[in-house]
Amino acid sequence: MPTKPEASTDSRAGTPSGDDPVLRVDDVGIHFALRGSGFARLLGRDTGVVRAVDGVSLDLQRGEVLGLVGESGSGKTTLGRALLGLVEATSGSITHHPGDGAPATDIAALHGRALRRHRTKLQMVFQDPHAALNPSMDIETAVGHPLVIHRRASGAELHERVVAALERVGLAPAEQFLAKYPSDLSGGQKQRAVLARAIILDPEVLVADEPVSMLDMSVRAKILQLMLDLKADLGLTYVYITHDLATAKFFCDRVAIMYLGKVVEIGPTAEIFANPRHPYTQALLKAIPDMDPTTVMGRDAPRGEIPDAARPPRGCSFHPRCPVARADCGWEPRDLKALVEQHWTRVPIADYERERALLGGLSDLDHSEHRAVVKPRGGSVADVGAVFDRIRDEKAGEPLWQGVTATRATADGLVFEFADATAVPLRPSGISEVACVRYPLAGDPAELGAEAGRQEHGPRQVVESPG
Amino acid sequence: MTAPVVDATDLRIWYGTPRGPVRAVDGVSFSVGRGEILGLVGESGCGKSTLGRGLLGLLPEGAKMDGHLGFKGEDLLAMTPKERFQRRGRDLAMIFQEPLTRLNPLMRISEHFVETLRTHHPKMSAAEIENRSLEVLRLIGIPPSRWKSYPHEFSGGMRQRLMIALALVLRPAFVVADEPTTALDVLVEAQIIKILHDLRENFDTSLLLITHNLGIIAEACDRVAVMYAGKIVEIGDARTVFADPKHPYTRELLRSTITLATDGLHSIPGAPPDLVAPPTGCHFHPRCPDAMEVCRLREPAIRARGGGPVMVGSNDVACWAATPEGLTAGETAPLVREELSVADEA
Amino acid sequence: MKILLAPFRNTTGMARWLLVSGLALVALFVVMAVFAPWLAPYGFAQNSVDGVKFEKLVPPGPGHPFGTNDLFYDVLSRVIWGSQTALVVVLLSVVLSALIGVPLGLLSGYVGGRTDRVLVLIMDALYAFPSLLLAIVFGFLLKSVLPSGVVAAALSLTVIYIPQYFRVVRNTAVSAREATYVEAARALGASNSTIMRRYLFSNVIQSVPVIGTLNAADAISTLAALGFLGLGIQPQEAAEWGFDLSRAMDDAASGIWWTGLFPGIAIVLLVTGLTLVGEGLNETVNPTLRKRRFSAVVLPPAAVPSGSATGSTTGAEGAAS
Repeated sequence: MPTKPEASTDSRAGTPSGDDPVLRVDDVGIHFALRGSGFARLLGRDTGVVRAVDGVSLDLQRGEVLGLVGESGSGKTTLGRALLGLVEATSGSITHHPGDGAPATDIAALHGRALRRHRTKLQMVFQDPHAALNPSMDIETAVGHPLVIHRRASGAELHERVVAALERVGLAPAEQFLAKYPSDLSGGQKQRAVLARAIILDPEVLVADEPVSMLDMSVRAKILQLMLDLKADLGLTYVYITHDLATAKFFCDRVAIMYLGKVVEIGPTAEIFANPRHPYTQALLKAIPDMDPTTVMGRDAPRGEIPDAARPPRGCSFHPRCPVARADCGWEPRDLKALVEQHWTRVPIADYERERALLGGLSDLDHSEHRAVVKPRGGSVADVGAVFDRIRDEKAGEPLWQGVTATRATADGLVFEFADATAVPLRPSGISEVACVRYPLAGDPAELGAEAGRQEHGPRQVVESPG
Repeated sequence: MTAPVVDATDLRIWYGTPRGPVRAVDGVSFSVGRGEILGLVGESGCGKSTLGRGLLGLLPEGAKMDGHLGFKGEDLLAMTPKERFQRRGRDLAMIFQEPLTRLNPLMRISEHFVETLRTHHPKMSAAEIENRSLEVLRLIGIPPSRWKSYPHEFSGGMRQRLMIALALVLRPAFVVADEPTTALDVLVEAQIIKILHDLRENFDTSLLLITHNLGIIAEACDRVAVMYAGKIVEIGDARTVFADPKHPYTRELLRSTITLATDGLHSIPGAPPDLVAPPTGCHFHPRCPDAMEVCRLREPAIRARGGGPVMVGSNDVACWAATPEGLTAGETAPLVREELSVADEA
Repeated sequence: MKILLAPFRNTTGMARWLLVSGLALVALFVVMAVFAPWLAPYGFAQNSVDGVKFEKLVPPGPGHPFGTNDLFYDVLSRVIWGSQTALVVVLLSVVLSALIGVPLGLLSGYVGGRTDRVLVLIMDALYAFPSLLLAIVFGFLLKSVLPSGVVAAALSLTVIYIPQYFRVVRNTAVSAREATYVEAARALGASNSTIMRRYLFSNVIQSVPVIGTLNAADAISTLAALGFLGLGIQPQEAAEWGFDLSRAMDDAASGIWWTGLFPGIAIVLLVTGLTLVGEGLNETVNPTLRKRRFSAVVLPPAAVPSGSATGSTTGAEGAAS
């Protein structure tokens, strides 16, 4: 059975643990301006910015496979595209250090022809194999087109190189595939053709954006195996973007977990999976369905969903969903509103109607200031206080209340004061780096980080070996 | 044992195309009991989505269905289209894959519910509609304060919950969920699967969960049916099938699935067959590691695992290698076949 | 080329009927146009033979199957030569408008930004004018500038059709530029012009044949209208159906029917033929009109494979034998 090549016996230029970065990402931010309503634009008002990537720094070591793991909206896809310059970085730099001793260049600063020339060294594999190939180009033309664009080959030599690339990706005999069109191929075959097209220029780095998530289970293994073989044969470095932790665990040397534009945890694969530190990482691991039907359904997902990137939560972006949040994680009035709405899903409709009549639609809680004022719409401030007391009593361990420093009844309404948020950059904790106020823990960081991970993570799952 | 809510026997759904009829579903038999969750798993092109739609009568023009399809004892295929239409929504409901495209962006949530309820209960008052809908929304976890919102104001996971709520507000006895979480993130998927799993407690609904994700099946389903090339190759209790899969395809599928415990890649050689002209005998024989001579000649009989009669709710498998009783020595000899060429790989 | 011809081959059913009958009609006129010198008994401006002048307004009969008109010309010859004029002018104008409209649309759709906004504004303005009015204006302007009436007519028609190609190609390009394969092309390092030429072009022109044929139909009648108003081609220069119709108006009052009927029928038939071709193509190319081609299927009686029965235990034993 084919297995993942061991890191130590692999023949690659440089080792992943050494310090030989082929790409250095330095505080990259990618912001998109929102097109607000016409009225707002007319008045020239700032209509908001989506921080798709918000201050990410990491190094891609030559010869390694770095996983960018996150859900939709995490910014992993945008970051991946920025590595190739397909998306312009608003700030920061992405420096490429070529392996052949050529000078380093900042991809984020390149434009036009210089950028296009650089695309020979960095290539991309896309998620949807059905859409990544031009429907009106046959396979020979499509796979050979990079050579034509960059004037590397023509005529007979072009043909030979295309055939060689096709055979290398397993589309053999190549002659059978040269004249076919994408619509004649299956999903797996298309993805192979996309890989052939990506490697034909002999690139250094391949950014793979969910290369197997749209393929069937039995085909995924084939394509992943192919990618591993290509890496070994051609000395490639991969950035593997995915939301599927299981394939990331198998495929990657290091894993970076992203949430709402930031890297929240990064470290060697074994460590991330054995001792996940960040609560989001722990939640992701718990959320992977257990293949053993005899275990009872255990996945309790954190509440809520990934928030709107245009209005990220204050402080730590994960705090509204975090089961172990603290006072200084950035609590804000919007969290209070979410709490009331959740409360309303639990109480009978009659109670909901009554409370709603009292509190109104809570639209005045839709902001991120330090203080929230809840005005009673049809009742007294004391009634409002009673409602919140009830909410508080319903769920004792609700982390939000730790973030409320003071509650006062004033003439305007009930006032809640929120605690300041502590800024949290990526900090080392053991052999990983985590962006969470809880780490590094006092005492031996590696030990305690591991302890916390094991307690909250749950039992390991084992695939039953067939009889 | 109570009678099954849905039982299908030798169901076939074929499409006509210029090349010939596509045998999307080719003789499928199964049953779903009350409050039971049956998982239907298979890779793309195996016919599971077609089967799901066929159960509700949502097939496109040109598709023909035959066989026996019973719902609470009535024969659905013998009914007139009008009678089937009446049952759709009220007794048989469907949850689709992409929640965004299935909700009307111009209608508020309240209007969606009004439309759904009024279609089947024209006399229901507005107040009762609102009450019933808010009840369902509450159970699904959508705050009642969002009653007047539009679909685009909800996130993907919330929209899928809305779809589920819309399907359930009529209290159908049987729901088909076609890849309900494929388009959703894994954390949201966990929430949705929990909701579906708890359906039977809250609503006593039977569920057919169609997916290609074996993990979800293991989590949420009581029984599982594995489909390949238009046929069910193995069906039975989820625990039994996962612990001891009898059909080679089920085994290979389980082994190919990448989980956190995977330390080696495994795949099935070859590619799924063309449904216009599938291989003779057992459709899986060109790719099967256990193929025998008889597998090429005759379609395997559906038999109960471990002997015994095939009954409703039993664990069955359609494989000569798994149930070789009664075969001659010549038939059980390993199949000699040409090597799958590399060009046939998926 | 394959892309352009594909819709012709893919038609079925009703669409095929439309297409085939339309093509038959158009073929008739194409034959007339190509073989005009041999088919027409006389030249289009010929009013005498062997020195003997034709008679004026002779009803259809021997020697003049369609009769003669008030300029002493043979009507049949005028009709046949007229098809040549019509097809030449229309072909010229449709091809020219496509040659201008398609690249502009592609550029505008792909590049976006200010270029796009300016071009769309211009094209929308052109499109907003009633086409006949625009053709008349251009016809007027060009008549004095250009010596050849045929070319002037062709050019006046060109302008009114450019916006249609522009719009359709631009809209398709705007959605196609978001496609993954276009992003893939950028990732390969392709320049913008390469992307537009190799990746977008073939994928945005599926609608062009449909628009072309429908434009051609419209152009025939617009040309005839121009000729009718005397702004088109002079009778000595070439035969033109619209011009003949305008002369025939007065004749109708006096009961002379042949000078107007035959040119009129010619116009109607050619326009109808081209429209049928266009609609037939449209059914195929336009996905919203196209019905899924699922043919009827007859399920053979369920073969009872050994043992595949419902709940029967004997089936299993029946397998062996």
